[in-house]
Amino acid sequence: MKKLAEIFAASAALTLLTLLPVRAAEDTLQVVQQRGYVKCGVSQGLPGFSNPDDKGNWNGIDVDLCRAVAAAVFGTDEKVKFTPLSAKERFTALQSGEVDLLARNTTWSMHRDTALGVDFTGVNYYDGQGFMVRAELGITSTKELDGASLCTNLGTTTELNAADYFRTHNMQYEMVAFEKADEAVSAYNTGRCDAYTTDQSALYAQRLKLTDPKAHVVLPQIISKEPLGPVVRQGDNQWGDIVRWSHNAMLNAEELGVTSSNVETMKSSTNPSIKRLLGLDGSFGANMGISNDWAYHIIRTVGNYAETFERNVGKDTPLGIARGVNALWKDGGLQYAPPIR
Amino acid sequence: MSATWQPKPARPAPTHVVGVWGWMRQNLFATPGDVLLTIIAALALYYTIDVVFHWAIIDASFSGTDRTACLKEVQGACWPFIEAKFGQFIYGRYPEAERWRVDLVYLIGFVGLVPLLVPQIGWKRANVIFMLGPFPIFAFLMLTGGAFGLVAVETTDWGGLLVTLVVAITGIVASLPLGILLALGRRSEMSIVRSLCIGFIEIFRGVPLITVLFMASVMLPLFLPDGVNFDKLMRCLIGVALFSSAYMAEVIRGGLQAIPKGQYEAAAALGLGYWRVTGLVVLPQALKMTIPGIVNTFIGLFKDTTLVLIVGLFDLLGIVQFHFTDASWATPETHITGYVFAAFVFWVFCFAMSRYSIFMENRLSTDRD
Amino acid sequence: MSRRDALLQLVTLALVVAGIGWLIANVADNLDRQNIASGFGFLNERAGFGISQTLIDYDEDDSYRQVLIIGLLNTLLVSVLGIIFASVLGFLLGVGRLSRNWLISKIAMVYIEIFRNVPLLLQIMFWYFGVLRNLPSPRQAINIGDVMFLSNRGFALPSVSFMDGAGFYGLALLAIIVTAIGLRRRARKLFLATGQIVAFWKPLGIVSLAVLLLAGAVAGLPFAADIPSLRGFNFRGGMSVIPEFVALLLALSLYTAAFIAEIVRAGIMSVYQGQREAAAALGLSHNRALSLVVIPQSLRVIIPPLTSQYLNLTKNSSLAVAIAYPDIVSVFAGTTLTQVGQAIEIIFITMMVYLLLSLLTSWAMNRYNARIALVGQN
Repeated sequence: MKKLAEIFAASAALTLLTLLPVRAAEDTLQVVQQRGYVKCGVSQGLPGFSNPDDKGNWNGIDVDLCRAVAAAVFGTDEKVKFTPLSAKERFTALQSGEVDLLARNTTWSMHRDTALGVDFTGVNYYDGQGFMVRAELGITSTKELDGASLCTNLGTTTELNAADYFRTHNMQYEMVAFEKADEAVSAYNTGRCDAYTTDQSALYAQRLKLTDPKAHVVLPQIISKEPLGPVVRQGDNQWGDIVRWSHNAMLNAEELGVTSSNVETMKSSTNPSIKRLLGLDGSFGANMGISNDWAYHIIRTVGNYAETFERNVGKDTPLGIARGVNALWKDGGLQYAPPIR
Repeated sequence: MSATWQPKPARPAPTHVVGVWGWMRQNLFATPGDVLLTIIAALALYYTIDVVFHWAIIDASFSGTDRTACLKEVQGACWPFIEAKFGQFIYGRYPEAERWRVDLVYLIGFVGLVPLLVPQIGWKRANVIFMLGPFPIFAFLMLTGGAFGLVAVETTDWGGLLVTLVVAITGIVASLPLGILLALGRRSEMSIVRSLCIGFIEIFRGVPLITVLFMASVMLPLFLPDGVNFDKLMRCLIGVALFSSAYMAEVIRGGLQAIPKGQYEAAAALGLGYWRVTGLVVLPQALKMTIPGIVNTFIGLFKDTTLVLIVGLFDLLGIVQFHFTDASWATPETHITGYVFAAFVFWVFCFAMSRYSIFMENRLSTDRD
Repeated sequence: MSRRDALLQLVTLALVVAGIGWLIANVADNLDRQNIASGFGFLNERAGFGISQTLIDYDEDDSYRQVLIIGLLNTLLVSVLGIIFASVLGFLLGVGRLSRNWLISKIAMVYIEIFRNVPLLLQIMFWYFGVLRNLPSPRQAINIGDVMFLSNRGFALPSVSFMDGAGFYGLALLAIIVTAIGLRRRARKLFLATGQIVAFWKPLGIVSLAVLLLAGAVAGLPFAADIPSLRGFNFRGGMSVIPEFVALLLALSLYTAAFIAEIVRAGIMSVYQGQREAAAALGLSHNRALSLVVIPQSLRVIIPPLTSQYLNLTKNSSLAVAIAYPDIVSVFAGTTLTQVGQAIEIIFITMMVYLLLSLLTSWAMNRYNARIALVGQN
C-alpha cells in the first residue's frame, strides 16, 4: 500500500511538471499596451543611429524610429525603453521577446528574413559597405587595397561582403574580426589594420571617435547593398504593420510637407492626403488597433523623415552625410512610401 | 673556596655572518653563481623600476581637462583621464542624482562584511542571516528602484565597479548553497543523484566561462517559454552562478572528504538523521576547513567577472575600455593608463582576499593543533 | 538503500527529466513558431568569410566544418605553446621563489602576486591594445638581420621550403633520433648494472655530424628560404605570426606561470626535509640534490594541480574572442553563429569540443601521473 502511494506521488510530480503551462504567444501590441512602453533593441553606441549621450539619453535615426512607434501607440514618444544589443544577440533578443522591435542598423537580407523567424518591415536607411583608410596612404579606390589588413565587426554581413569583393577582384586580404565595433575601431586606430570596413554611414560615425578624424578618408566606392531597417518577430502582422507604417508616415509627411513645426496648422489643411495622414479622415489607425491620430503624434513629437535625417546624420551634424539615395523618390532617391489611402 | 663555574663569554659570531655585510654574503653572494644571479636580477630590477617610475610619476600628467594635457614630447601616464572618468568607472551610467543609493548599499555591505570576516567578533549567525537575507533584498530594491518613491534605474545603465561587484557578490552568494548541494549530491550513496551531480559539475568545469555566458545571452531565451524573459544582467548572473557553483562544489567536497568517518558514525549513533548529521556536524566543520578554498574560488570568480564585457555588459574593465573611444581623450597613453588603473583596482581586491585566505589558513591550522 | 532514498531518487530523476523535457519543449516550440532552421546541415554550407590565421588550407569556399577545424587547431596551437611556456616560466619562478638568494626569491614573489591577482582578460587587452600598438607600422618595421621583421602587423619570419632531396635530411634526422634512443637505453642499462656513467652527448654529436655530412654529400642543400619582404601594405612571403596570437600567448603564459610557480613551490616544500639533508650528506650539491632528489619526488604532488592549470589555460584561450584571435570561440561560436543563426547547435558543438579537450588532457596527465607514482614507490 505504501509503495503504491510512493509511486503515485512520484508520477504525480512528473505529470505536474510536464504539464507546466507553456504561455501562449500574445500579440505584441496588447503586451506593449499593458506594459505601458515599447522595448526597442538598439546598437551599443553608433553615433547618428543609436547612441547614448553622457546622461544616458539615446538619440539617432534608429532611436527616432522607436520613438515614432511609441508615439503611434501611446501618443507620446517618451514611452520607450532602449536595450543595447550586440550584433550577435540582436536576433535572439527579438525572437525571445526581450525587445518588441529591433532598430539596430540591421541589414535586410534574405537569409535573415526567411530563416531567423523575423520580418523586416522596411528600410529606414539605404546604406552600402565602404572602407575607411588613412589619408596619408593616398588611396582613392578600393581596387588599391590588394594585400591590405581589414578590421571589421565579427558576425556581420560586412565580413562576407569583403571576402566576396576581394575574391572577385583577385586581391589578397587579411581579415581581423572583433566582437565589438569599439574594439575593431580601436585596433584600426592603432595601426593593426590598413582599412576599417563596415556600412558607409557607420564609417562616418566611427571616424568621429578616432584620434584625428581628418587623417582618415572614407573611400567613395560601395561594395554591397545594405538596406538597413527595423525588424519585428515573424507572424505578428498587426505589430509589423504599426512599425512599417510608422516609418511610412514619416516619409509621407515629408512628401506632403508636414513637419513637427507646422503640423498644428496643417490640421486645417484641405488636402485630402494630409487629412488622411493626420487622422482627420478615415480610420487607418483603428485598423491597426491604435488611435486614428497616430501619425499626427509621430510628426508632432519626432517629426518627418527629413527632420530626423537632418537632425541625426545630415549635413549639419558631425557625420555630415548627404541625403543621396535616401532622398525621397521624387527627388531622385530611393525612399518611397506607399500612400495612406 | 668555592669555585663557581663561570662560562666564558660567547665569542662574537664570525664577521662574515653578522651585520649588513654578513646578511648580504649569506643571502645574496653565497656562491659565485649567486653573485652573478644577484647582479643580473639587480640590474633587471633597476631597469624595471626606472621605467615604471618614469612612466607613472616623472613623465606623467596629473591635471588637465582633455587630451591636450597628455600630449607631451615624452609622455608617461595620463592620470587626468582617470580623474575625469572616475565617476563613470565606479557607477557606469547610473544617474548622478541617484548615486547616493549605490554608496549607501556599499556602506551597509561594508559594515555588515567586516565583523563577518574578523574571527574575534561574535554574532556570526545573526550577521550571516542579515547578509544573506535582508541585505540582498535591500540592495536590490535600492539599486533598481521603482518602489518607495525611488526612481527606477534600468540595469542597462549600471556599470563600472558596481556591475563588477554585483556580479561577483551574487555569484558567490548563489554559488555557495548550490555548491553545497552539489557536493553533498556527489558524495551521496544514491546513484542517480550522484551521477546527475557529477555530470553537472564536470560539464561546467570542462567548458570555458565564455561559452556559458554566450549560452546565457543567446541561448537561454530560447529555453524559456514564449514571452518569458530576463534582463541581460540577470541572465549573466545565472550563468556565472551555475558556473561557479560547480567549482565551489569541488572545494566543498574536499572539505567533506577531510571529515573523519568517525564523526559521521558518532553523529549517526546519537540517532541523528542524514540532514541533521550533515547540517549540525559535518557541514560546519567542512565549511570552516574550506574557507581558504572558498575565498580562492571567490578570487577566481572576481577576476572572471571581467568576461561579462564580452557579452556587452559594462563592468569595470568594460567601461574603461568603452571610454577609450572618447575622442577628446584619445592619446597614445590613454589605453595603458586605463588598463593600469583597472588592473590596480582588481589587484587591490584580489590581493586583499588572498591575504585573508592565508590568514584564515594559518588560523585554522593552529586551531586544529 | 532505504525505500525513502529510492523515492527521493525517483523524484529527483523525474524532476530532472521533466525539467529537461520542459526546456526541450520550449525550444522546439520557439524554433517552430519563429520558423528558425535547425539541425547540423549548416556544417556543409559554404562559409564565405576569411580567417587571419589558418594552419591548414582554407579559403572562403570551404564549409563551416572546415571553419570548426581551423578554429580548433588555432585553439590547440595557442594552448600547447602556452602550456610549454607557462610550465618553463612557472617552474623557474617556483624554484626561484625558494631560492636562498634573497633578491631572486623576492622578485619571484612580486611577480607571482602581481600576475595572478589581475584578471586574465585585462592582461590580454593590456598586451594587445596597450603594448603591441606601440610597435611601428610595416614600413618602419624593426628589421632583424634583414630576414625577420617586427611590426604592428606581427612578426614576419622566413620560412623554409623543401626541394628534391630534402628526404635525405629526413632520413638523417631519423637516424639521429634512433641513435639517441639506442645510446640512452644502453647508458641506462649499463648504469643500472654497473653504476658506470656512460658518455651520451659526445657519441651522439659525432654520429649526428657524420650523418648530416653524408646527407649533404648526397643531396647538397635542397632548401630554399622564403624571406618576407614588404610589398604594398604588408609583408608577403615567409611566415607571419599575427599580433593577436602573440598577445594571447604572452598573456596566457605569464598569467598561468604565476599559478604554476605556486604549485611548484608547494610541491618542493612537500618533500621531506630529511631527503634534502640525506642528499647533502651523500655529497650532492644543492642543484644536483634539487634535480635528482627533490624535484622527482615533488612531481607526485605537483602533477594533479598542474593538470587543472593546463585545463584552465586551454579554457582561458577562449578569451581570444576579445582580441580577434581566430580560435574556435571566435570563428565558430562567433562568426559562424551569427551568419547561420543556429545558436543551440553551435554552442553545443563548442562546449562538446572543450569537454573533449578536458577529458583528453586529464586522461593523458593521469597516465603520466600513474607512471610517476609507480616509479616513486619502487
